[in-house]
Amino acid sequence: MMNSSPAVSIAGLRVKRGKVQVFDGLDLDLTPGRITGLMGPSGCGKSTLIRCVVGIQKVQGGTVTVLGLPAGTPALRRRVTYSSQQASVYTDLSVGENVTYFTRLYGLPSTEADRVITAVGLADQRSQRADDLSGGQLTRTSLAIALLGQPELVVLDEPTVGLDPVLRAELWGIFRGLADQGITLIVSSHVMDEANRCDDLLLMRAGRIVAHTTPASLLIESGKSDPDEAFLELIRRDIAGPRHSLDTPNEAPVSTPRHAEEDQR
Amino acid sequence: MRLLATAGRVLSQLRRDPRTVAMMALLPMLLVGLFAWVMPAKQFAQIGPMLIALFPFIVMFIVTSIATLRERTSGTLERLLTTPLRKAELLFGYEIAFGLVAVLQAILVVTFAVYVCGLDIAGSLWVVGAMAVVNALMGTALGLLASAFARTEFQAVQFMPVFVFPQMALGGVFMPRSQMPDVLSAISNWLPLSYSIEAVQRASINVTGWDLNRPLLILVGVTLLALLLGSLTLPRRTP
Repeated sequence: MMNSSPAVSIAGLRVKRGKVQVFDGLDLDLTPGRITGLMGPSGCGKSTLIRCVVGIQKVQGGTVTVLGLPAGTPALRRRVTYSSQQASVYTDLSVGENVTYFTRLYGLPSTEADRVITAVGLADQRSQRADDLSGGQLTRTSLAIALLGQPELVVLDEPTVGLDPVLRAELWGIFRGLADQGITLIVSSHVMDEANRCDDLLLMRAGRIVAHTTPASLLIESGKSDPDEAFLELIRRDIAGPRHSLDTPNEAPVSTPRHAEEDQR
Repeated sequence: MRLLATAGRVLSQLRRDPRTVAMMALLPMLLVGLFAWVMPAKQFAQIGPMLIALFPFIVMFIVTSIATLRERTSGTLERLLTTPLRKAELLFGYEIAFGLVAVLQAILVVTFAVYVCGLDIAGSLWVVGAMAVVNALMGTALGLLASAFARTEFQAVQFMPVFVFPQMALGGVFMPRSQMPDVLSAISNWLPLSYSIEAVQRASINVTGWDLNRPLLILVGVTLLALLLGSLTLPRRTP
């Protein structure tokens, strides 16, 4: 878990879903211990990229290495946790039953269920059936399961979608707490104001990474004052010509945020 | 541990759905009662044992195909496959949970058929009941497999008539297989329900030994094959 090796390393990734070529030679390295925000319009390939990292996406070519192992390797199933876009819980079971089931699948003590339920603030809803929960509570149930055990990489697909600002702030508080413990997080979102809460940003469009940067550099590079406009600006430049997507002269073929490159040197 | 956790989870889900539990436990019994009422005693004596095996099969087939289709479409299957859970543990978890329900179902249906409807069974009631359980387990395994070929619950329920009625017609419920045209008799040799019917018929007239064990082994084989094929329909990576 030294900072020198990337948490996720993708090279030449090619993915086809149906007739659509989603990725055609995607390269990417993610720095461990940081929150990487995966941003981009819907349909840009965020979920597919996430599925590749978790190892549940059929790929046509390239390599996806997660924590030093090929994505989806059995050994990674305890080290990488994932919560999909739809809250993947049993809606006919209670919060407690859902979390307890997964606790047992990971072979963890039942106190672990209490811990994660409390962590996502659902202690009072523990015996409530999932289909009686609000959207936010349902998402948090799904999130609680992704916190079980000691994951080294937590991958969350749009965990804050449709949530009110207070709840979103709370969840980002949880994510920050995890990152402070050295856990790497990949969090996708299409709400650009969440960009500021990330350490690194991956801006995607049409199956390509338009920029791999940090919130601060994003504003500087785009010359805009808020992330929303900055993102639009980069998209505009990307549409105009992918070669000019970044002002940075040293954009390496392997997309790595600049601070990480500095760290490595 | 993961196996039992999965079986327990499936049972908890069932407990939350009293209507389905009632259907699983009571429907075979009520249908047997209806047949007993409709038919002359002599005819019911022939067909009764088959019903004891067939109804649990049909009910389990439907319930399992829908339960596992839900698992496939709700995203929980995808999530399960990112955990240390093995596919065999998932499949046998379902088998254990529905197997327990099948035991309850068999006790009810055999007791009801014999003591209420007056069905005369020369063989051991336990063996006949065990046939009902074996058939229910096969229904579960085939339902699991069938769910892979449905995209919606609407499609899943359609498998039942497609899959079950031709097998009932060819399996010897209405006409002994030996008296069928050669072509149909040959086809029926390849249908699992033919052996369900054969096994329960033989058990009910106290046939033992290889004549009973052969159809029984075929049923167990079909169940295991369906589970094996079922596990192939649970790829960790999907397109």
